[in-house]
Amino acid sequence: MEFFHKATRFPFMNTRKVWYGLSAVLIVASLALVAIRGLNLGVDFTGGVTVETNFPQAPNIDQLRAALAKAGIDGQVQAFGSSRDILVRLPPDPNAKGDQIGAHIMEVFSAVDGGVKLQSTEVVGPQVGQELFVKGAWALVATLVLIAIYVLLRFTFKLAMGAIFAVLHDPICVMGFFALTQMTFDLTAISAILAVIGYSLNDTVIVFDRVRERARVARRLSIAHVIDESINQTLSRTLMTKLVTLLVVLALLIFGGETLHGFSAALVIGIIAGTYSSIYISAALALDFGLQTDDLMERKLTKPEEVDGLP
Amino acid sequence: MIAYPRWKIALVAVVLLIGILLALPNLFGEESALQLARDRAVVTPADRTSIEQLLKDKGVVVSGAFLDQGRLTLRFGSKQDQLKARDIIMDARPDAFTIALSQASRVPEWMRNLGLSPLKLGLDLRGGVYLVYQVDVDGAVKQLLDHHEQDFRASLRNARIPYQDVQVDYPDNRVRVLFRDADSFKKGRAAILADSRNLTLSDTTVDGSPALELRLTPDEIKQRQDYAVQQNIVILRNRLNSPELAVSEPQVARQGVDRIAIQLPGLQNSAEVKKILGKTATLEFRMVDENNNPFDAMATGRVPLGSKLYYTREKQPVLLKREVVVTGDQLTDATFQPNTQDGAAVSVGLDSRGAAKMLKNTQENIGHLMAVVFIDRSREKNAQGVDVDKTTEEVINRATIRGVFSNNFQITGVNPIEGRELALLLRAGGLAAPLTPVEERAIGPSLGQDNIDKGVHAMVFGMLAAFLFMAVYYKIFGLIADAVLIANVVLLVAFLSLVGAALTLPGIAAVVLTVGMAVDANILIYERIREELRNGVSPRAAITAGFDRAFSAIADSNVTALIAGLVLWLFGAGAVRGFAVVLVIGIATSMFTSLMGSRALVQLIYGGKRKVERLSI
Repeated sequence: MEFFHKATRFPFMNTRKVWYGLSAVLIVASLALVAIRGLNLGVDFTGGVTVETNFPQAPNIDQLRAALAKAGIDGQVQAFGSSRDILVRLPPDPNAKGDQIGAHIMEVFSAVDGGVKLQSTEVVGPQVGQELFVKGAWALVATLVLIAIYVLLRFTFKLAMGAIFAVLHDPICVMGFFALTQMTFDLTAISAILAVIGYSLNDTVIVFDRVRERARVARRLSIAHVIDESINQTLSRTLMTKLVTLLVVLALLIFGGETLHGFSAALVIGIIAGTYSSIYISAALALDFGLQTDDLMERKLTKPEEVDGLP
Repeated sequence: MIAYPRWKIALVAVVLLIGILLALPNLFGEESALQLARDRAVVTPADRTSIEQLLKDKGVVVSGAFLDQGRLTLRFGSKQDQLKARDIIMDARPDAFTIALSQASRVPEWMRNLGLSPLKLGLDLRGGVYLVYQVDVDGAVKQLLDHHEQDFRASLRNARIPYQDVQVDYPDNRVRVLFRDADSFKKGRAAILADSRNLTLSDTTVDGSPALELRLTPDEIKQRQDYAVQQNIVILRNRLNSPELAVSEPQVARQGVDRIAIQLPGLQNSAEVKKILGKTATLEFRMVDENNNPFDAMATGRVPLGSKLYYTREKQPVLLKREVVVTGDQLTDATFQPNTQDGAAVSVGLDSRGAAKMLKNTQENIGHLMAVVFIDRSREKNAQGVDVDKTTEEVINRATIRGVFSNNFQITGVNPIEGRELALLLRAGGLAAPLTPVEERAIGPSLGQDNIDKGVHAMVFGMLAAFLFMAVYYKIFGLIADAVLIANVVLLVAFLSLVGAALTLPGIAAVVLTVGMAVDANILIYERIREELRNGVSPRAAITAGFDRAFSAIADSNVTALIAGLVLWLFGAGAVRGFAVVLVIGIATSMFTSLMGSRALVQLIYGGKRKVERLSI
């Protein structure tokens, strides 16, 4: 079986203005969403208390809210995952003690339904939350910087710039998605974004590798033509790998449960955005940064040819 | 023949065999177990034999037992047997062991002896409590300054040198001794330096009078803070390992500059443990000021110079000398003795420094009263929500010194209920600085099992989807890729088992993701082979070109993922770090399996034939 039996010949470079436009819309929309709606930050970042409970039958959430309010507990009550799993979230309280709050909430809930079970409690101090947020932000920045350094070392400046801008595109889209859906943005979401950054660059690197290889062989062709050819030649590989990875990540999204929901969603969006930016944006940007065939001639391929000893 | 050196095939085979062996212990599963420990001693092989005999006599079947790090683990086929066995051991050998309920792997003994062990599960999969404490390192520096203050006062008093005051200035981290005149200043300086030789003191003047100043350098402050954190870690470990708590496999580790993270797998109710962990209780021994009337001091509020007003539990005032005879950190041992002739008592051992001081003190003060002060520091919020350190100091015992003693004696007059806890706290040592809980995550065991089920489901379905796709799309080569993917997962599990990294739910997600990414390398190679075939290259040349040319692309693309993984490893904590660990190791194993493993398989399938007409790709 083969989807791309004939090599495709899509004119990626001629149509690049269209894709820039689409990207610009996505980025502006994402940033606007993050600015206006904001991210629904998890307890990891805001500090506070979450208590997860499991009921034998789906409870009436309004009834639970009323019972909590009556007991003087001021918290958000929501179903998560299934309707039998109820999550209570409380704002940061300097005097919060996890076991006590958990026990208190369980008392109130037991009065509603005796079969309720306490699944987990999390208490994060406000200071710790802030630190985790700063740490997460630093991890993002550090990853981007390190990857930029690597790409700069490995490719010419112009290609590297293309790759870096294309890679910035992906985390912004993921954050936009989180702002749009108001899914909880926590530490696992950040780790998904980091994984996406590393993974999305992967495709860009493979396209660039091919551009470099082709440019050295076909010196007469224009660089735009070489880029088009390279993207088309690697297209089946790019799409096939992403398809398989998406299949696997979808399995995580569907079967992984509530804990991994945000994580898998971030991966799905990130992989789609990353594939898009690797195909349509990164090489095109390099072209617009003034990439020429000569730029790719300067450095010798570092890979040594392997000599096979057997006849 | 397609050229591919045999030694590479052999290498792949050897690595895979080792991988399978290392991953094998994970197939056995877990069952209910008891963990037996002795207080400050190891469980011996003789204990093991006698307990196994005991259980056998009572008809409880032990399905496995092993000794590890001085603890005895006994496995049982069912939960009922586990609980029954616990009751039997507790009845037959009361107080001999602490018994914790836990889960243990069914790995056979010969495997365990080879050092093979299954994956460790993280708290989110196993259930348990994760606690992070903040160490009050500033408080530790304060304590150091207070110590110096007391030492200075004692030196001057012993040398009978008059002085105005000894002032401690916390924000500036300095202690100042104020003198009335130049003469006493000179003598005082000599007296203080004689007692504390390695201090650097500077001369200064305060409001016209000569003064000595001790200022802590930033290095000293940092040293003190580090010491406080390290010391607290040791003490928390001691407390968690004490028989009174019976926690199985607790883990205590420093986190950042001033935090301590504690993992308590399998623990359900953290309240009891937290109560003990956060305690900063310690003891002080002071002489009673018998020349002044404590009731007068209480009524007038004027406490005689050199004394301090304390209260007993019954709210009776007591005047004690400011000078401390022995402090809690000089205690080396404490055991609770419920039935002595004077009621419940705690018998105490002192280190050599404390013993020497106690000896000198008892020699000089026979017939006088000595008091034991119980000090408990806790941190509370006041009405404005500001942290306030509350120190409770109570005189728990006053007794006449009847004879000379040094390193071993008894404290009577303790409350029988609190005596046990006091002994535990004293034995484990006083915390070098107060602790505040800043983060707490508790995962119930049912949620943990739920997470395992979901993670395994996702993994199975995700991998099946990837396998099917590869087989349909790339036929024989797809099946080769599938075999390579399985090998990748085996190696990944083997490596994780070997290094003892804990598997978390995000870690399972990383395994799934690694499978997706490992497919990438294979697809890269196969697409390249197809491309070469399209260009009319012979099958053999296409295979060689496909593997060789794809190499640089695979290496390059994995480096970026590796960078992201390593950053996450550095920055992340808990479950997120679990994700990073698996991701990084997974990238390494997938590089190996797709480049070398897959090549070796292709070689085995196509390499032997004289002529390859077509490739099934």
